[in-house]
Amino acid sequence: MMTPKIEIKNLNLTFGNNKQILFDVSLDIAAGQITSLIGPSGSGKSTLLRCLNRLWEPPESAIFLDSTDITTLDVLALRRQVGMLFQSAALFEGTVADNVAYGPGLYGQKLSAGQIAELLEMAGLPADAAQKPAGELSGGQAQRVALARALANQPQVLLLDEPTSALDPTATRHVEETVLRLRDTLGLTVVWVSHAIEQVERTADKLVLLVDGNIVESGDPDHLLSGAHHHLAGDFARGKLGSD
Amino acid sequence: MFETLEWLPRIIGALVLVGLAIGVSRWQKAGIEQDMLVAVGRAFVQLIAIGYALDFIFSRQGPFWSLLVVGVMVSVAGYTAGQRGKYVPRSKIIATVSVTVGTALTLGLLIVLNVFPFEPRFTIPIAGMIVGNAMTATGLAMNRLRDDLKLQKAQIETALALGATQRQAANQQMRRALTTGMTPIVDKTKTVGLISLPGAMTGMILAGASPLEAVQLQIIVMYMLVGAVAFSGLTATFLTYRQFFTQAHQLMVSALSDEALI
Repeated sequence: MMTPKIEIKNLNLTFGNNKQILFDVSLDIAAGQITSLIGPSGSGKSTLLRCLNRLWEPPESAIFLDSTDITTLDVLALRRQVGMLFQSAALFEGTVADNVAYGPGLYGQKLSAGQIAELLEMAGLPADAAQKPAGELSGGQAQRVALARALANQPQVLLLDEPTSALDPTATRHVEETVLRLRDTLGLTVVWVSHAIEQVERTADKLVLLVDGNIVESGDPDHLLSGAHHHLAGDFARGKLGSD
Repeated sequence: MFETLEWLPRIIGALVLVGLAIGVSRWQKAGIEQDMLVAVGRAFVQLIAIGYALDFIFSRQGPFWSLLVVGVMVSVAGYTAGQRGKYVPRSKIIATVSVTVGTALTLGLLIVLNVFPFEPRFTIPIAGMIVGNAMTATGLAMNRLRDDLKLQKAQIETALALGATQRQAANQQMRRALTTGMTPIVDKTKTVGLISLPGAMTGMILAGASPLEAVQLQIIVMYMLVGAVAFSGLTATFLTYRQFFTQAHQLMVSALSDEALI
């Protein structure tokens, strides 16, 4: 068996002094696959995701990227390797091109117009979108610009925190197809927090169910959605779980 | 000692106006006669007291008394500005440091360049103006920065997730905070002489100086205030943003909660 891209080992996470969010979470995230993270509101899905690029600081020796403890890595370099999309795309002032060029620009690297066009295309946008003001885009377009912006850092892993929850069905499908294509062409490893059963069925290679900070089920999505032991997996299959 | 209060008859003359105001208040049943009397009494006592205090301090030699008075001013200003920015962790320390930096740099430069001699008669009123404006700028900048970081949390975290340092991620918010702190004095400087005659100049004219002398002093004062406000605002901005990030470039969401931190 291949070494996992990301290994989570007995991760416990506590906020402040008292409130524990994650309990002894252990999980292997395979390279080049889409791992879907599902669970009810407040189950710790987003927190777990945020630990993977250290937007929340995980404890030492709990999360490994390519077998290296991520708390020993330079955090800025880690975040370029592990890109992230949020529920709503927060675009910066300026044009679409300004947004796409943001990441490399942080360390003095300039992207050519050709590179920007290529990134936009990878994210499913026409190359001539580059000069549009970022403020004039629809939600679906904005999320795809955010995707192109994350791809500009040439990440190996993409964390998706319900990026389609505010999009209409067509825009949602478009983002899903783009992410599937990126998995196949670039070999991207994707961790996808989702709440829509159809989305999981269409995209997930592996499914993980998180309840109250514990992983209660994980494995093949078809198996889990049909005959899982935990009653919430069944609920999820019937579309009963809300989003955060 | 009372022979030095040679303006006392004029003060009593001015009381006629207060009498008229009380009359108006009674007639209109505004019910603020009591407040007015308290205010009139307090103004008299406070100002006469500060007059004697300054008289005493101005007659002393050496830097001790000047520094003492400026120190008290800076502390009160730091406390006040810190109170305004109370949602920023360590707000009072940050505000006091910021006001001190602005005041020390500006006052120091004025003395080194020999614009004013280092004597209490000059140092104290000038410091008063500097500290007052630095205080306003500091409080405004701290508040604005904290509000913007809270409001634009998504933008900041997006920037961090793309590999930005905390400084890069908060860049835009810091610039806006600095602008907010400096705007009042910049606007005042733009319109000075057109809308109102400022205090220092008015005082000099009333004391018998020629208008030309008075405006030259006022120009120095305005320039010095712009400098002081810039130094204080910049210090406040730089010290404030750091309170909301960890060393590993994480936004501390807990520090952005609405509970005052003091």
